[in-house]
Amino acid sequence: MSQAPVQPQPAHLVYLDANATTRTDPRVVDAMLPYFSGYFGNPSSKHALGAHAAMAVKRAREQLQALVGAAQPHELIFTSGGTESANTAILSALEAAPRRREIITTAVEHPAVLSLCAWLEKNKGIRVHVVPVDRQGRLDIAAYREALSDRVALVSMMWANNETGVINPVADLAELAKEVGALFHTDAVQAVGKCPIELQSTAIDMLSLSGHKLHGPKGIGALYVRKGVAFKPQVKGGQHERGRRAGTENVPGIVGLGMAAELAADAMADEDIRVRGLRDRLEREILAQVEHCVAIGARAERLPNTSNIAFSYIDSEAIVTLLDRAGIAASMGSACSTGSFEPSHVLVAMKVAEDTVRGGVRFSLSRDNTDADIDRALAVIPGVVAKLRAISPFDVEAGPLLGRAHA
Amino acid sequence: MLDHLDELVAGPRNAGALPQANAVGSFGTLRWGDAVKLMLQIDPSTDRIEQARFQAFGCSSAIAASSAVTDMITGRTLDEAAGIGAADIADHLGGLPPERMYCAVMGYEALQKAIAAYRGSAELSEADAAPSCKCLGVSQMMIERTIRFNRLTSIEQVTNYTKAAGSCSSCFKQVEGLLARVNAEMVEDGLMASGEAYQLGSTQHRAIDLKPHGAPQPATNIFAAKAAPAHLRAVPKPAAPRPAPAAAPAAIGVDAPSQTTLIAEALDELRPHLRRDGGDCELVSVEDNIVYVRLSGNCVGCQLSSVTLSGVQAKLADKLGRPLRVVPVS
Repeated sequence: MSQAPVQPQPAHLVYLDANATTRTDPRVVDAMLPYFSGYFGNPSSKHALGAHAAMAVKRAREQLQALVGAAQPHELIFTSGGTESANTAILSALEAAPRRREIITTAVEHPAVLSLCAWLEKNKGIRVHVVPVDRQGRLDIAAYREALSDRVALVSMMWANNETGVINPVADLAELAKEVGALFHTDAVQAVGKCPIELQSTAIDMLSLSGHKLHGPKGIGALYVRKGVAFKPQVKGGQHERGRRAGTENVPGIVGLGMAAELAADAMADEDIRVRGLRDRLEREILAQVEHCVAIGARAERLPNTSNIAFSYIDSEAIVTLLDRAGIAASMGSACSTGSFEPSHVLVAMKVAEDTVRGGVRFSLSRDNTDADIDRALAVIPGVVAKLRAISPFDVEAGPLLGRAHA
Repeated sequence: MLDHLDELVAGPRNAGALPQANAVGSFGTLRWGDAVKLMLQIDPSTDRIEQARFQAFGCSSAIAASSAVTDMITGRTLDEAAGIGAADIADHLGGLPPERMYCAVMGYEALQKAIAAYRGSAELSEADAAPSCKCLGVSQMMIERTIRFNRLTSIEQVTNYTKAAGSCSSCFKQVEGLLARVNAEMVEDGLMASGEAYQLGSTQHRAIDLKPHGAPQPATNIFAAKAAPAHLRAVPKPAAPRPAPAAAPAAIGVDAPSQTTLIAEALDELRPHLRRDGGDCELVSVEDNIVYVRLSGNCVGCQLSSVTLSGVQAKLADKLGRPLRVVPVS
């Protein structure tokens, strides 16, 4: 096998968009490669080649089990990624409890959960309770308690928010769901690999995760389903994954996810100390050097890698475009590019001021980032903001009102 | 294709305030998500725009489109500037992505407002207060003239050009009713073939909203029945002027004589402007909504004659308070 060496990230690019996706670790790629053309067998086959693939899948499942602290390897079902996992969890929970016709979720969920809930409400008559958050992105526990009842089939609440990094106390939230007999699912796509998770000591019934957020490959993820929890398969057509998710296993992807999980466990201390330090320095310096900006959710418990800074009087798309031209890859919260013209639903839910809510920029780091990256970003960001502010018709004196709506 | 756009994003020309401006027009709000303020310095003796600057809030396309407008109008007369449409702005940028067309519309609206402010006619802005799309504060009037000038025939286009119904889609029914009504009027006015017009109910209401809202609201179509005010039904942006149709409509309305007189008078008023550039424009005939004119002098073969014609058309429509088309004959 002669493989072209994996290209490192371009030297000039500072990548601060790890919550969108991460670079697949070269060690993950090395682990995957033999399973394309060498050990290409189908894990369901009875011959040696198939058995070898089945062994690889088994090992990967154990690696992932160790990362999330599941009691048994078979509590993990491999899927195509976070969205499929979350969709499966929600649809399965509703199917398993046909007399319970309500769901509880939060106002800041990822669209993988939120748009499915909206669809279920509209087309299936499911009542959806959307629990609000405060200005720091913390969940309104009183509203959550109020929504809980024996009519609730499922509570789905994210472990950590993708736009702000704010962490929910999911273990406690799951206990509350248990009191009324509802299942508890958490979208942990942003949390797995970044903070310690020990599922067997919690009441969490289901958990979704995705490979490419933890330096694994894209197109692979997993759904954790606690043993004994009623599960209704949503992809039918075979006995793969013990009849819970049909379709020939994505063996190279599964091997890659397993390796990524093992590496993530090793790197978690680094993520928590060094990456947190980089993130804190970036945030502190931006707040010190740039006027009229605010760190979103900074007073809540957050992921160590995420900083969302909203700049008043300018638009996040323009900031991100100019940063990109200067070799800094960051991200706007969401929206605009997806065909919706509303500002980020997360920032709206957090009641960010109207003159600031469209200026949210998410900087998300990973273990690949260095001190030099932060230096480079800090050299560029204040200038970009100043440039856009100079041409903005809004400022502190003029205030947010440039005439009434189009009048 | 977007080279020019890219260049303008990196180093927008004419950005910043213009303290000596004598005409200012702005469009958009923070809530709408984009806003532009155009500042023009106009020489009162020639009506020529000597300098133009802009300030913009919004995405990179919005900044580039605003900059493009200032580029396009500097050195032009007000009449020429008035003839610039959203499509011209997009063309100047080398094209805009369809979902960013509202950036060009925003530049167009701000320019029209600056010109109206300079000329002292504020009639457009008064009717614009009531928002149609409540989330984004887009007014019904703005949607209506955008449909007209840009010959929009689908909900998707209306969203791309105005953002209306692009957010929570709760105003979908209103926008749909508006589009169907304006298209029907355009067919009636001979501006559009009936086959092109939007038919109510031909777009699937976007099934999924991002946020659950509780029970779905019953949609009321409050705009569908109302007729547009006369000034809005005027000034269609013409497609490239076509030669006179072989069989001109025979019927002439009862008000035809007075209408012809009005048009002749309006043309007389415009003539000094045309003469200044060494051109002239003569009324040939009026048939229904179509005014046939003959351009002469420097106007013949001039690259900008279509701009002049749309200025003439705007003026005539304004004068008569109804839409019409100006067609040049040779």
